[in-house]
Amino acid sequence: MYKSLIRATATFGAAALLATTAFAGDLIINFDDPNPKPKAGFEAAVEKFKAANPDINVTVNINDREAHKTAIRNFLSADAPDITSWYPGNRMAPFVNAGQFEDISDLWASDPNLSTSFEAIKPTMTIDGKQWGVPYSYYQWGIYYRKDIFDKMGIAEPKTWDELLAASKKLKEGGVTPITIGTKFLWTAAGVFDYLNLRTNGYEVHNDLTAGKIKYTDPRIKEVFVKWKELMDAGGFVENHATMSWQDALAPFVKGEAAMYVMGNFAVASMKDAGLTEDQIDFFQFPEITPGLPRAEEAPADALFIPAKAKNKEDARKFLAFMAQPEIQSEWNKTIGQLPPNSKAAVGDDKFIQEGFATVSTASGLAQFYDRDAPAEMAKAGMEGFQEFMIKPDRLDKILERLDKVQAKVYK
Amino acid sequence: MSVTALPETSVPGSMVDNRSWYQRNRLRVAPWLFLAPAIIFFTIYVIAPIFQSIWTSFFEWNGLNNADGTSSAKWIGLGNYVELLDDEDFYTSLYNNVLWLVLYLLAVPAGLFIALFLNQTVTGMRIYKSLFFFPFVISQVVVGLIFSWFYNPNFGIVGEVWRFFGAAPPSILGDEDLVTYGIIFAGLWPQIAYCMILYLTGLNNVSPDQVEAGRLDHAKGWKMLWYVILPQLKPATFIAVVVTVIGALRSFDMIAIMTQGGPYGSSNVLSYYMFEQALSEFGFRMGYGSAIATVLFFIMLFFISYFLWSMYQDEKR
Amino acid sequence: MFPTPIEKSSPGIQTTYKVFLPIALFIWLLPLLAIFMTSVRSAGDINAGNVFGWPTSFQMLQNYVAVFTESEATTYFLNSLKITIPTVILSVAMACLAGYALAIYRFKAALPLFFIFVAGNFVPFQILMVPVRQLSVETGLYNTVTGLVLFHAAFQTGFCTLFMRNFIKALPFELIESARIEGVGEFRIFWHLVLPLVRPAIAALAVLIFTFIWNDYFWATVLTNGEASKPITAAMKALNGQFVSRWHLVSAASLLAAVPPVVMFFLMQKHFIAGLTLGATKG
Repeated sequence: MYKSLIRATATFGAAALLATTAFAGDLIINFDDPNPKPKAGFEAAVEKFKAANPDINVTVNINDREAHKTAIRNFLSADAPDITSWYPGNRMAPFVNAGQFEDISDLWASDPNLSTSFEAIKPTMTIDGKQWGVPYSYYQWGIYYRKDIFDKMGIAEPKTWDELLAASKKLKEGGVTPITIGTKFLWTAAGVFDYLNLRTNGYEVHNDLTAGKIKYTDPRIKEVFVKWKELMDAGGFVENHATMSWQDALAPFVKGEAAMYVMGNFAVASMKDAGLTEDQIDFFQFPEITPGLPRAEEAPADALFIPAKAKNKEDARKFLAFMAQPEIQSEWNKTIGQLPPNSKAAVGDDKFIQEGFATVSTASGLAQFYDRDAPAEMAKAGMEGFQEFMIKPDRLDKILERLDKVQAKVYK
Repeated sequence: MSVTALPETSVPGSMVDNRSWYQRNRLRVAPWLFLAPAIIFFTIYVIAPIFQSIWTSFFEWNGLNNADGTSSAKWIGLGNYVELLDDEDFYTSLYNNVLWLVLYLLAVPAGLFIALFLNQTVTGMRIYKSLFFFPFVISQVVVGLIFSWFYNPNFGIVGEVWRFFGAAPPSILGDEDLVTYGIIFAGLWPQIAYCMILYLTGLNNVSPDQVEAGRLDHAKGWKMLWYVILPQLKPATFIAVVVTVIGALRSFDMIAIMTQGGPYGSSNVLSYYMFEQALSEFGFRMGYGSAIATVLFFIMLFFISYFLWSMYQDEKR
Repeated sequence: MFPTPIEKSSPGIQTTYKVFLPIALFIWLLPLLAIFMTSVRSAGDINAGNVFGWPTSFQMLQNYVAVFTESEATTYFLNSLKITIPTVILSVAMACLAGYALAIYRFKAALPLFFIFVAGNFVPFQILMVPVRQLSVETGLYNTVTGLVLFHAAFQTGFCTLFMRNFIKALPFELIESARIEGVGEFRIFWHLVLPLVRPAIAALAVLIFTFIWNDYFWATVLTNGEASKPITAAMKALNGQFVSRWHLVSAASLLAAVPPVVMFFLMQKHFIAGLTLGATKG
C-alpha cells in the first residue's frame, strides 16, 4: 500500500514535470559474463523478473568480464545503468567512497528475505555500516585433483600439511608434478598464498594483512613463505608457470603430468570440457597446517549494485530484492554450477557443489580473495611478489621489504 | 598598400578596391581555410591532450568523478614525480627502454645486409623482395602471438630444437633475464623488413656513375660500400634510424600480448608501465600514469627535436 | 649497381646464390610457416603434442570456419572495416587540404605548422591516452566506432600532411601560378589542377593508413570494450583467451586477422612501398 502510494506519487510527479520514461519503467542492466552458462543463468533470472513485472521494460547489456572491469569506471558517471554487476569487499570500496553506488541499507532492513537469509555474507557487502549491493552467487576454492592418479599411486586425500607434503613427494617420485598452476595473470598465485596464510595464521591475519595492519616482513607472514618453500621442495609446481594462464595450466593436469590444482570451482567446467570425466577429478579442502586453527575458506562472491546515478532506482531495488529470493538464487546457481548466498536457497546436486557447500557452510570465516580484499595497487604488487618468489625463492627478504614499501604508500 | 599611402585629402571612392574582402585577401585567407579541418582535429586530439596529460601528472586521480559530476582529482604538485624516483619498476622499465633502443637499432644494419643480398636481378626477385617484406605488413599483435607460440618451451619450436640437442628448453618469456631479449628479437623481425625496403629503394637510386668511378679507383667490397655507397644511402639511413628509434620507444603491442610486462614486471617498458598504472585492472592511477607518460614524452621529444632539426637543415637548402 | 650483379660472377657463385635464396626466405618466414602449419592441424594433433611434425590430417577449412562459428570474429572484422575505411577517407582528405596549403602558400606560419604536424606524428601514444579517453567518455564517443575513427583520423593527419606537403611541393609551381593569373579560384585550382596530380600520393597514403589502422591495437584497447566496436586486432587477445589451448584456432584467427593488410599490400605494392620509403631517396 505504502509502496504503491509512493509509486503513484512518483509517476504523477514525473508526469507533471515531463512526459518522461518514468511511466514506462525502463530498467537497464549491465552484466559482466558473456560465457554461455553464466549468460544463460542470468538471462533466465531476468526472464522470471520480467514475467513477474510485465510493466517494467528491462534492457540487458552483457560485457566481457575484463572489459567490464575498466568500463564500469566510465559508465557509472557518464551513462549509468540502473543495475550493474560488480564485486564486494575492497573491490567495491573505491566506488562506495566516491559516492558512485547507491546505499541500499533500507532494502536490506525492510526486505524480510534479505534481512534474514544473508547473515553469513552480509559483512562483505557492508562498508561504514551500510549495505551497497546484493550478492547472487559465490563459489568455493580448494584443491582439485586427479582421483585416478591418486588411486593408482595409492594416495589418499591429504588432511594435514605433512600428508600433503608426503603425497607431493610420492607423486614426484612417480614422475608426476604435484601441482599445476599458471601465474601469467598473477591471481592464481594469490590463491595459493591465501590458503597457506589462512591455514598457517588464520582468518584474522588474512584480514589484517589485506587491511594493511600487518607488515609483510612480519614473522607470521614469513612463516607462510616457509611453508610455501616446503611445498616447492616436495616436488612443487609445474615449470614455466609464469608463461601460462590458468587455462593453459589445465593442459598438464588433463594430460596427467600434474595431479593437483589449487583453484576455484569454475575450473571444473573447463576440466570437463578438456575431456576429463567426473570420475577422474575430485576435490578436497586445503589441508590443515597449524593444528586446531579454525578453518576459513576463500569464497569470492559476485553481486549486483545500483549506481548512484541510476534513473530508475525504485525498480532497481525491486529487481535486487527479486534476485535475492531463494528460488531465483537456487535456479541461477544450479545453471552456473556455483553456490547461492541465500541460506534458504537449495544447493545443486552436482558433487563439487555439494562438497563446496559442505566446505564453506562450515567455515569459520570467508575470505573474498587476496586481490579483492587488498586495495588494487597493493594486490598487484603483492601478486607480482608471489610470482617472483615462486621463481626465485631466495629473494624472499627483498620481495617482502619491497611489499612493505608499497604497503606504506598505499595505506597512508 | 597603395590605399593607405594615399593622402587623406584624396577623393574617397575613386581608388576603392571594389573586390570583396575575401577576394582581396584570398592569398592570405585561403591557406587557413584549407588548414582549418586538420588544425582543429589535430589540436583537439593531439596538441591539447599533451598539455592536459602534463597537467594531470600533478594530480592524484583514480579516474572517477564524484557523484555530483566533479572530478575527484587532488592536486599533489610534484608528488607523482617524487614517487617515480623511488619506484623500482620505473627504473626497470627505463632500463628496458634503453635495451630496446640499442638492440632495436640492429634492425638498420640487418636491413641493409638483407637489402644488399637481395639487390640482384635474378628471375622472380620481385616476389622474393615482397616475401621478405611480408612480416612488416602483419600487425604486431599477430607477430607477438606467433612468437609466444614459437618460444613456448612445452610445444613451441624453441622447445623442440632444444630437446633435439638433448637440452632442457629455456622458458624465454618466463625468465626475467631472457624475456626482454625475446620480445625485442620478435620485434626486430618486422622492423628489419622495414629497414630492408628503405635500403632497397635507396640502392635503386645509387648513381651508377659513382659506382663506376669507385671501381676505377679500385674500390671493392667493404671499401666501396663504406666510401661510395653508404654516403649515397644517407637519406635512407636517416629514415631507418628515425622509424626504428620511434618504434623502439613506442613498443607496446608485443609486450601487452606476450608478457603483460611480466614475469613480475621484468619486461616492462615505460609505454606499457604507463598503461598498466593508468588503465589496467589494478591500475587507474591517472596522475601517476600521466607522470610516466610525461617522462616518456620528454625522452621522445629529445629525439623528435633532433629529427626536426635535421629536416629543417634540409628545408633551408 | 651495387653490389656487383650476380650475372658477372662465376657460374658456381650464381648457382650458390640461386640455391641459397629460397633457403634464406624459408628461414626468414619460418615463424609464419610454423603458425600456418599449426592452423591446419586437428585438435588431436595439438593435444598429442604433434606441433612440429607433419599434420596427420589437414583441416584448413574446418579450422578457419570454426574461428567464425565459435566466436564473434565476424563482428570484429566488420568493426575493423567500419573503423579503417572512414579513417582513411577522413585523414587523407584533411591531409590533401592541409598539405596543399603548406606547400603552395608562402606565409610565416607555414613551416612551424608543418613541423608541429610532423612532431605530433611522433609523440608517444601514452601522453594522449588519459585525456583522449576522458574526452571520448564525456562526449559519449567511448566504445563507439565513431570515437575511434575521429581519433585515428586526427592522429594520422600528422603523417599524411607531411607526406602530402612534400609531394605537392615537388609539383611544378608554375602551373599554379599561371592558373592564378588566369583568375582561377583557389579551391578550383586545388580541386581541378592539384588533386588529379596527387592521385599517386593519395593511393600510397590510403594503403599505408589502411594497414596502420587495421593493425592498431593500443587505441582499440583504450577506447573500446565489449564486442560492439572492437576491431579484430584488439579482439585477438579476447579470442586468444576464448580458444585457450586450442592453438590451431588461435593461429587460424591470427592469420585471418593479417589477411586484409596483406592483400592490400600485394595489390598495391608499388604505392605501398612508395609511401613507406618517402624521403629515403631525397637529398
